[in-house]
Amino acid sequence: MIENYDEAIAFTIFGIPVNWTIASTWIVMALLVLISWLATRGLKTGTKVSRWQTAMEVIVAGMRSQVREMANDRPMKYLPLVGTFFLFIAMCNLLSIIPWFKVPTASLTTTAAFAFVVVLGIPFYGIRNAGIKGYLKKYTEPTIILMPINILSDLTSTMAMAIRLFGNMLSGALIGSILLMLVPFIVPLPMQMLGLFTGTIQAYIFAVLAVVYLSSVAPVKTEGGETETTCENK
Amino acid sequence: MDIMAIIGAATVIAAGLCIGLGGMGSCLGEGNAAASGLSAIAQQPDEAGMISRTMFISLAIIETGAIYCFVVTMILLFANPFWQQAVAVAAK
Repeated sequence: MIENYDEAIAFTIFGIPVNWTIASTWIVMALLVLISWLATRGLKTGTKVSRWQTAMEVIVAGMRSQVREMANDRPMKYLPLVGTFFLFIAMCNLLSIIPWFKVPTASLTTTAAFAFVVVLGIPFYGIRNAGIKGYLKKYTEPTIILMPINILSDLTSTMAMAIRLFGNMLSGALIGSILLMLVPFIVPLPMQMLGLFTGTIQAYIFAVLAVVYLSSVAPVKTEGGETETTCENK
Repeated sequence: MDIMAIIGAATVIAAGLCIGLGGMGSCLGEGNAAASGLSAIAQQPDEAGMISRTMFISLAIIETGAIYCFVVTMILLFANPFWQQAVAVAAK
């Protein structure tokens, strides 16, 4: 009943087997690139703009305002990484209603890779925000004795992000297939709709938690005369 | 009762207990969080956007416990290491 996409081989390139997780990741990537290319083809600044541009502006502006509120910082610092997370995961989860589509986020390898990027991003953005000294100071708060626990909390919280996304998508797929076996008509429909809802929520939550963890070391310097009053550590 | 039957019965009971108790605790916590969030929205309808955003994030974090239980149950049911080892021993 539980399908293992990591062992189902889609095709081979030069003798290297490519499993369904990677193949469907590539499909989602191609779709995203195609849609963004279509949307950014003829950008205009006037009042008459295409529908594609309006839709893209709504999405990007929404993400920008959310990131600004969560991070209390310039949104463009985090938006390239976090926006990609959100769009990719939302696209994967929304495509889960296509029956034969193997959702990449229902495999632990994909979500673990996302979480690994966040783990690497925490020191990157921390050092960029506050310098090496300011970043390392985060681990010695409140005292230096708690340093192992602080390091552990970074690792476990990002690992929990991976398992949360994986478990949610897997449970959605599993409930769908179980109900399909028991009652093939009508009854699986509301569960599928619930799956779309939770999929969107999970993409949003992954992106928000990524912003929260990446911006956990707030900038100390002032930029452009404005004082940043963020001393939040979580 | 041979060892395979014991392992099979123990696995099924453990999987049921795991998802049942884990889901129950997590559901109680989520219900409390949602009730508090709703009463906060009722008191301050102007802050509804911010409260519901924070509530969704905390609901997802509370849900993590249930998701862990679900993953453990899936491992017990479909990828049980003890069962596989018993099968491997029996095949010798």
